[in-house]
Amino acid sequence: MLAMSRNDLLLFLGFTIAVLAMPIWLQPFGAAYPDLLQRFMIFGIFAVGFNILFGLTGYLSFGHAAFFGVGSYAAVWSFKLLSLDAIPAMIFAVVVSGLFALAIGFVSLRRSGIYFSILTLAFAQMSYNLAYSVLTPITNGETGLQLTLGDPRHFDRLFGEAMPGQPVPTLLGQSLGGFTGFYFCAGFLILAFFIAQRITGSPFGMMLKGIKSNQTRMNYTGFNTKPYTLAAFVISGMYAGLAGALLAVTDPLAGAERMQWTASGEVVLMTILGGAGTLVGPVIGAWLIKYFENIFSAINETILARFWDFLPDGADHFAVVVSSKFVGEGWFLTLGLVFVLIVVFLPGGIMEGVRRIAHLFDRKRSSPTNPGKTAPHPQPAE
Amino acid sequence: MTLLKRGLSRRRVLQTGMAGIIGSGVAPLMFTKGAWAQEFCNNPTGDTVTFGLNLPLTGAYAEEGADEQKAYELAVKHLNGEGDGGLIGVLTPTALKGNGILGKKVAFVTSDSQTKSDVARAGATRMIERDGAIMVTGGSSSGEAIAVQGLCQELGVIFMAGLTHSNDTTGKDKRRYGFRHFFNAYQSGIGLGPVLGQEYGKDRRAYHLTADYTWGWTQEESMKAATEALGWQTVEAVRTPLGAGDFSQFLTPVLNSGADVLILNHYGNDMVNSLTQAVQFGMRDRQANGKDFQIVVPLFSELMAKGAGANIKGIFGTSNWHWNLQDPGTVAFTKSFGAAYGAPPSQAAHTAYVQALLYADAVERAGTFYPPEVIKALEGHEFDGMGNGPTLYRAEDHQCMKNILVVQGNDNPTSEYDVLNVVQEVQRDVVTYDPAIFGGDLGPAEPAPLCA
Repeated sequence: MLAMSRNDLLLFLGFTIAVLAMPIWLQPFGAAYPDLLQRFMIFGIFAVGFNILFGLTGYLSFGHAAFFGVGSYAAVWSFKLLSLDAIPAMIFAVVVSGLFALAIGFVSLRRSGIYFSILTLAFAQMSYNLAYSVLTPITNGETGLQLTLGDPRHFDRLFGEAMPGQPVPTLLGQSLGGFTGFYFCAGFLILAFFIAQRITGSPFGMMLKGIKSNQTRMNYTGFNTKPYTLAAFVISGMYAGLAGALLAVTDPLAGAERMQWTASGEVVLMTILGGAGTLVGPVIGAWLIKYFENIFSAINETILARFWDFLPDGADHFAVVVSSKFVGEGWFLTLGLVFVLIVVFLPGGIMEGVRRIAHLFDRKRSSPTNPGKTAPHPQPAE
Repeated sequence: MTLLKRGLSRRRVLQTGMAGIIGSGVAPLMFTKGAWAQEFCNNPTGDTVTFGLNLPLTGAYAEEGADEQKAYELAVKHLNGEGDGGLIGVLTPTALKGNGILGKKVAFVTSDSQTKSDVARAGATRMIERDGAIMVTGGSSSGEAIAVQGLCQELGVIFMAGLTHSNDTTGKDKRRYGFRHFFNAYQSGIGLGPVLGQEYGKDRRAYHLTADYTWGWTQEESMKAATEALGWQTVEAVRTPLGAGDFSQFLTPVLNSGADVLILNHYGNDMVNSLTQAVQFGMRDRQANGKDFQIVVPLFSELMAKGAGANIKGIFGTSNWHWNLQDPGTVAFTKSFGAAYGAPPSQAAHTAYVQALLYADAVERAGTFYPPEVIKALEGHEFDGMGNGPTLYRAEDHQCMKNILVVQGNDNPTSEYDVLNVVQEVQRDVVTYDPAIFGGDLGPAEPAPLCA
């Protein structure tokens, strides 16, 4: 079972190392602070899970944020009712979001293509509105669900009185703030990545890819594709629930905004930006978008003025005025431009760029000795 | 996958492996980084001290956020001894010297909270963890304030709330590390109730439209209590989503509900939109139950009044402060803000400015940035000169007790800023209430939690 091909193993190890060393290599980019690193991990998991559905089966869900939000709410309720420990909260969140995905998937997967996308979007928007204004006793509406000193926490009370102070989630008594929280989330991202890698390489994964390339042909050969798509949908919903729970673990507040359609759209962007169907691509896309959101949006005119200081008078002012449109509140503009450029020039996302560069080097190195090998491998048509 | 498909030599595998071992070996050292350098979160060791400004620069309350930012920039200038000093000369008693705080220059970082609680928390975390903010301040929504306040309690960083009017901020969700200078919905009710009774009589039927989050809920509750005490009836209270933009679907049912007063528990752009639409629906020219139909906006601000234009003429509401008051503090602040930005400050700007100064003053009096000591210096502190008369930072719930204003939309404005008339200055002892009525628990100040 654990036998992996050498390439898979190397990819997995490289990924693990890159993730664990993030606090070091992100230092020059100003992003090596725990909160953003935790977000990198969490949204990485979200994107990896989304890719299992979208990248493998080709079903574009426009409502994945609903599962993310359900995971968050479930985790916070577990903190409130059961225990401040992260483990029960995460199990609870994954189970609840899995059941939720099963219900929504069962209905939505009766259709494919654009109709499927619209159905999922409709369900997500319904969930958002429920959380925002209908189910306020459960979700606390726009204010968001928070922990308070007076929560029942039945398990914790069994083992003596609650600790003084603001309740925070723990792992077996250890607080999960800061870099501890990051390594906790990183462990889950690596695990999530590993599982996704195994799924992609398994016969089940082959089946999903078969559905993507031609579902009708699959049906005619005698496969019932529905259980496969539903399984992929539920798995990917559970991934989203896990990510939502982790967000609640690192920051115990669940707000309705994280279920909004913009959040669903964001994960689609992440996946396409990085490269749908690849393993690493969605994670890179998630990191890039979160980086833009947190770093570019925080750049203000004073920082820009310092950056353009070397230019002559007048020119530096001009540069500040122009560039200020692309940072701060205008970070969406930059992200949009990057997205357009990537989709136009690298339809396969960032991973396609990486592949092209790798190919370039490959050719340079191998062409003098054995030119025969550089010929493109014939690929079966889809 | 494809990246590594070809050209993997033994050498490259060794190199990558080695880098990884070094990487993962060094990474855990980050745990301990900073733990020995400070005994509390973000202890300023250099010659500057950083404020974290968490402001809604986009979303329904963006205008208030922009005005708050101006006020904070002005406050930082004044604290560093630049400009005309503003309110530093008027605050009594004062420990401020105009050379920064405890000799350290004040700097600031900002974050756009988008009028969303989630984003506000992420921004505050960034400013605390990455930028080393010693204090977080700002916010123009109670949802944000409560979310950020909880976070600040966890991380051990003082939060000086900006504009937040919900009872919960210093009521059920109060925190030891959170402080509010602004007044609250309960005080609005106490102030506004008698004026409404006097103007509109004892026999009225009210219809509430309420922004659907903590502030709207508590204001609706407080206004219901105040008006029902007058003998009014509440026909219905309808919740509307924050930032809805179009309120016509909520306004249509009002016309046939039998109500003769519409109470708009909205703020910022929402209030501008809902009031403008209500006027377009002809509500102010209507008769209902044999009386003139009236609209009430319990929380009013100059920015909203400006946005709603002529629609606000004659409408009653309450304010924390108004630039046209004649006490020395107000005169000094209006002059200094006007000189810097060419417009009088809003109440959001005023409360933001005062909060920054009060924090600096408390640190000077405590003689340290250590949060538990600063909290002690703020709790039960009695001061004057900030434009609201003698004010007490109450120790039980961290709510300021001071005079509040009942205002009315100006019928004959002389300038675009002269939009509100002060009808009555409600005295501090009238709006003082028992802190126990809202419950809640401040939690401990010590030991000060260490942020990562």
